[in-house]
Amino acid sequence: MDDYGTESDSDYTSYWRDWFISSRGNEYFCEIDEEYLTDRFNLTGLNTEVQYYQYALDLVTDVFDLDCDDEMRETIEKSARHLYGLVHARYIVSTRGLSKMLEKYKKADFGKCPRVMCNSHPLLPMGLSDVPNLKPVKLYCARCEDTYNPKSSRHASIDGAYFGTSFHNILFQVYPALVPAKSTERYIPRVYGFKVHAAAALVRWQNGVRDSMRRRLRKMEVESGFNGEDEIEEEEEEEEEEEEGDDQQLAEYRGGAAAAGPSGLGGDSQMGSVA
Amino acid sequence: MSTSSGTPESWISSFCSLLGHEYFAEVSEEFIEDDFNLTGLQTQVAMYKEALEMILDVEPEEDDDEEDEDEEDEEDASGDVQDGMAGRAHGERRHHSRVASDLSVIESSAEMLYGLIHQRFICSRAGIQQMSEKYELGHFGVCPRYNCNQTRTLPVGLSDIPGEDTVKLFCPSCLDVYVPPNSRFQTVDGAFFGRTFGALFLLTFPEYDLSRSGAETAAQLTRTTTDDLVMINGMYARNIAPGLGRDKIYEPKIYGFRVSELARSGPRMQWLRDKPDDMTILDEARWFAYEHGEHGADSEDDDEDENMNVNSNNRGSRHAARRRLAGHAALRQRRQQNRSPMNVDANGAESEL
Ligand SMILES: [Zn+2]
Ligand SMILES: [Zn+2]
Repeated sequence: MDDYGTESDSDYTSYWRDWFISSRGNEYFCEIDEEYLTDRFNLTGLNTEVQYYQYALDLVTDVFDLDCDDEMRETIEKSARHLYGLVHARYIVSTRGLSKMLEKYKKADFGKCPRVMCNSHPLLPMGLSDVPNLKPVKLYCARCEDTYNPKSSRHASIDGAYFGTSFHNILFQVYPALVPAKSTERYIPRVYGFKVHAAAALVRWQNGVRDSMRRRLRKMEVESGFNGEDEIEEEEEEEEEEEEGDDQQLAEYRGGAAAAGPSGLGGDSQMGSVA
Repeated sequence: MSTSSGTPESWISSFCSLLGHEYFAEVSEEFIEDDFNLTGLQTQVAMYKEALEMILDVEPEEDDDEEDEDEEDEEDASGDVQDGMAGRAHGERRHHSRVASDLSVIESSAEMLYGLIHQRFICSRAGIQQMSEKYELGHFGVCPRYNCNQTRTLPVGLSDIPGEDTVKLFCPSCLDVYVPPNSRFQTVDGAFFGRTFGALFLLTFPEYDLSRSGAETAAQLTRTTTDDLVMINGMYARNIAPGLGRDKIYEPKIYGFRVSELARSGPRMQWLRDKPDDMTILDEARWFAYEHGEHGADSEDDDEDENMNVNSNNRGSRHAARRRLAGHAALRQRRQQNRSPMNVDANGAESEL
């Protein structure tokens, strides 16, 4: 751990917080304003959540001057990190906090969506619970609207409550222009160019769910946000064309060494299950 | 790979032990030596014959090469071959009579050729078997999606044509594809795995219990019920996208209240992670039999698909699925009935708007 908070350093207005947010593994946190931290109203209720609350708060705000042993120091340090996290969850849904997190989002500080069809859309940190010590932080992609595990174990162990369940949704409510265009593009499992029957049936069903949602929204005159509105019917035609292309490709492949595949497996029954 | 072993590594095993090549299976020489398996590849790579010889560690057929070959054997036996670079070093020594530019062409041709053969090999009986062993050892990583609960993924290509895209990971639990977490895989050509392998794997090993997470598999928990063993469209129902469905969809909330579909930032992508509660409604064979009895006409088949699609609120009730939209109220009621009490939360009403 780095040195911090010695008497001579007290000139720095945000020494501890600077140290905290630049520590390895803390990349998801933004810096909480001094102003926010010193307004007791913002900390309502946290005094019972955090051990040695006052000392922890002193540490976070760089006014800690207790002369204590290392063990005590470490306990207070731990409390300070917990306190920072809990205040962070509140701060990032404030106007200042939202815009700070937005800057980090634009720089993809929270990573990029691993889903291929999301084209590296930047992620946002989120909690699955607002209660601390229950669930580690997850990452939210606004393009596929799904949640992912952080890649790094350093991040995977951060408490999700330090970000909360609402922040990422509030961000898009406050900045609706940032809602990314939604795409119907998706992966279709295939075997030698043929769609797999079971997956294809599910895809058709899902497309049905999507299309009726879009009809519902259109009826209510709400923008659905998909690339190319009013293309519900056209998409189906496209799909037909695609399938023809596949057949052609299969013919070519068969002319080559495709036989090494399914016939090698001797699976007539398997071929029966691809469309 | 250990460098301490006395026997020189083959080109294939050194290729497979390179950093970033962890997903590759070791193609058997038997497979490569069968000309039938290589049909059409001659025209795909430069210096095909030389590349093939390199892959198979075959000495090139050149008259003035005999002395050199003896020397080379000694060198190899001394075991100074360095990890990873073995193939390259090996090739260089063997072909030192060639011009350097040829060598690099042959080396990259060999890699390309190996990749293309690999695409075919992993779809063969022996190859898919080897890949299943790698799968069980967790060589391909797990799905990053939270609701997939660490389901193991399979390496796939989005194209069968080399040079178009890098290798991706296919998750059998959500039927989606992901970018490998480590950047070292972002230089591996997806065509070397191809479009077929992922789906063929699922069809070849239908007995894999994909709905179990890695941890559960390790603990050898069995929870097979007869319901799990229902076959739908050629797959076990439990293996069709076990990571999708009503309780596996992210529900955006603000201070505990669901974000309405009507909000500009409301949910639009839930269909992507959705699945009927009763998967048998997707069983086309049953549908056909049900609708047409024993003398159904093929021409009417399309209508059924449409029926299935139109009724979005159909979450698995056969009757609902077979009827056209009959007014919102009735549908909503039906949906409510289908909903398990576990899923009705205090904000349910808002979300139905
Ligand atoms: Zn995404
Ligand atoms: Zn998945």
